[in-house]
Amino acid sequence: MKGRDRSCGGAKTRLRPGTALLPTFSHRPERVDRLSPPSSFRILSILPFLIVATSAHAAKIGELADTSWTDQAIDFWSFQQPAVLTAVIGTALIGLCCGLLGSFLVVRKLALMGDTLSHAVLPGVAAGFIWSASKDPLAIFIGATIAGILGVAMVNWIKSTTHLKEDSAMGMVLAGFYGIGICMTTMIQNLATGNKSGLDKFFFGQAAALSSGDIQLLAIISVFTVLLIILFYKEFLAISFDMGFAGAVGLPVRALHYTLMALLAFAVVVSLQAVGVVLVSALLITPAAAAYLLTDRMRNMLLLAALFGIASGVFGAFISYLSNNLPTGPFIVLGATTLFIAALFCGPRHGILPKVIRRRRQRKRIGMENTLKAIFHLCEDTAFEQKEFKLKQLAMERNIGLTDAERETNRLAKGGFATLIAPPDSETPNLSGKSRIQLTDTGWARACEIVRNHRLWELYLSQAASYQSDHVHDDAEEIEHLLGEEIVQRLEDRLANPIQDPHGRLIPGRDQVRA
Amino acid sequence: MSTPSPGKNPKPLEIHDLTVAYNKRPVLYGIDMVAPKGSIIGVVGPNGAGKSTLIKAVMGLLPTASGWVSIFGKTFKKNVTRVGYVPQRESVDWDFPVSALDVVLMGRYGHLGPLKRPSKKDREIARACLDKVKMLPYAKRQISNLSGGQQQRVFLARALAQESDLYLMDEPFVGVDAATEHAIIDILRELQSQGKTLIVVHHDLTTAPEYFDRILLLNMRIIAYGKTEDVFTFENLQTAYGGRLSILSEVALQRFRSKREGDLKR
Repeated sequence: MKGRDRSCGGAKTRLRPGTALLPTFSHRPERVDRLSPPSSFRILSILPFLIVATSAHAAKIGELADTSWTDQAIDFWSFQQPAVLTAVIGTALIGLCCGLLGSFLVVRKLALMGDTLSHAVLPGVAAGFIWSASKDPLAIFIGATIAGILGVAMVNWIKSTTHLKEDSAMGMVLAGFYGIGICMTTMIQNLATGNKSGLDKFFFGQAAALSSGDIQLLAIISVFTVLLIILFYKEFLAISFDMGFAGAVGLPVRALHYTLMALLAFAVVVSLQAVGVVLVSALLITPAAAAYLLTDRMRNMLLLAALFGIASGVFGAFISYLSNNLPTGPFIVLGATTLFIAALFCGPRHGILPKVIRRRRQRKRIGMENTLKAIFHLCEDTAFEQKEFKLKQLAMERNIGLTDAERETNRLAKGGFATLIAPPDSETPNLSGKSRIQLTDTGWARACEIVRNHRLWELYLSQAASYQSDHVHDDAEEIEHLLGEEIVQRLEDRLANPIQDPHGRLIPGRDQVRA
Repeated sequence: MSTPSPGKNPKPLEIHDLTVAYNKRPVLYGIDMVAPKGSIIGVVGPNGAGKSTLIKAVMGLLPTASGWVSIFGKTFKKNVTRVGYVPQRESVDWDFPVSALDVVLMGRYGHLGPLKRPSKKDREIARACLDKVKMLPYAKRQISNLSGGQQQRVFLARALAQESDLYLMDEPFVGVDAATEHAIIDILRELQSQGKTLIVVHHDLTTAPEYFDRILLLNMRIIAYGKTEDVFTFENLQTAYGGRLSILSEVALQRFRSKREGDLKR
């Protein structure tokens, strides 16, 4: 614990007054020594958070002066400082890789694999750190990749040798490796020797901690990932959709699968620095899931997911910069989650908002069509002699209140389906029970169409599907609004252009509908 | 031990002493069969008889414990483009973000080399195959918007796009409407008339004799194989579906257990 305090002290010299996030107990180390085992365990468990909180200020994206946030924003987006540029390039590349590879995870229902992998790499990070005795990107990369592959292999081994299912195996391996990783990093933090700065960034990520070596590694992995996905798009698509068939057309299924998994492991490992072990899986899954909501073509999904990944990455780096270099990972994930929520609500096809709007529009249309039909019935009852009707009559026929009838009439008038005729005691047409309504030509044609749909369907059900004629009305009430021209045509052919419905009423002819 | 039939006219499919095991537990024993050119062979048997396993093992999708498979006189890997495959419809996720045409295009992948994209000609072939199963109007639809029967037709179209000589189909009639069933059987007959060989896993005993001119009655081993009228006897069906089935599987299990214990002692 004393070692930690000293490193905190180092960080404090660069702090601005009043922004200290230091935990209080680090000021009195003598109490820590007297702690009983259970409470020291508790402190151990919150250690990662403390590590991040205490040293979040140690690394900064560039030199931060005391300026307003707008100035800082301008400062950030002008990329004047090389450190800012490094952070932005780094997070963008990470977002790109994670978005692309995450798409394959999501469509293959392997989302938990990303989670397992990202947690399993932690012991490898620590081992690489010990091995190189510093934060050497290559050593950490190698260590983490080995640990990740070991973790995935362990999941497969448990799955194939026991009757435990994949999710249990993943849950265990994930937590087990992560636990080992935390113990190892804690030990390293407590070592008296060696340069241990930067290890803490692996928990929640810090884009500012990206070195030029990290960026080089990231660039290589990104180019590799993009290139392989472009070159082997058709193969990856085939194994993701139908592994068995892909094998049957002679594709090297295993090699392709492991290539994808290796790319995934690399992507996770190079992302650790900026996003952190805990949240890498979210960057893999969330942008891809958001893209999945917006499109139903794999190609578009890959493009969108890459775009969302990049946007979240840069957003995370930016907010982290504004908020005085708080950990980047949470902000990246926050950005991705915001995009996901936007896709969930506003996505044109599966979005909640468009769905609600579509449903409302349809309800309105059905209401209008029912009113048209009601006017048709009123006409029919007078043997088509009378053409205009009081709103009261309409309300009775449709079985709705007068206000509702007025609203429906208004809608019809607006749509050009009907005209209002002023009552005798008034000059202008108004919406009172005495006003009269008459259908226009288009209104009449539409009304005929609806009634025709209704009666054709009734006839079809009672003749072709042998329903009882008193059972068909309710079904037709729904179907009449949904029948398209093509189906109506087929119904007419099938029923040999009928004249009467099962109740003996006339079916409006095609010429009337067109009129 | 025999070898694949040599000469100018090798059989479309020859299986010799094929044994398949899952986790060391045998699921298929010593299968021997030869498929004559231009035949429609129904693979029939109870649940868990190893019907799907048989056709997967033929294509090398499962590791085999012993025996060999010959496709037109060569290994499957060498003749991969001469084999078309229709997997079970439930084996894939139909929410997958691809269109019906994309799926059918996958049938062309075997003919394309690595790094090559489907050409205009491949697209034309795929469209023609969709048309053959009357699914061309749905080419651009995402596959989850298709009914079960339509999905099965897309799978059939994908196999047609493989332009193969031997077709292996896993339960193509499961969960399809009557119209699709007829459409599929029409296509199978057409393929047969072109001299292609079809091996179809089927579980419906009532339609089997009508659809197939040869039947392979399977229950972990071959119960009977030959012309439909010869195979489709009460005794054979009794053997395949009746009481003896449980004894065989029990013996198999016992043998597996004793073998495993022997392995442990060593």
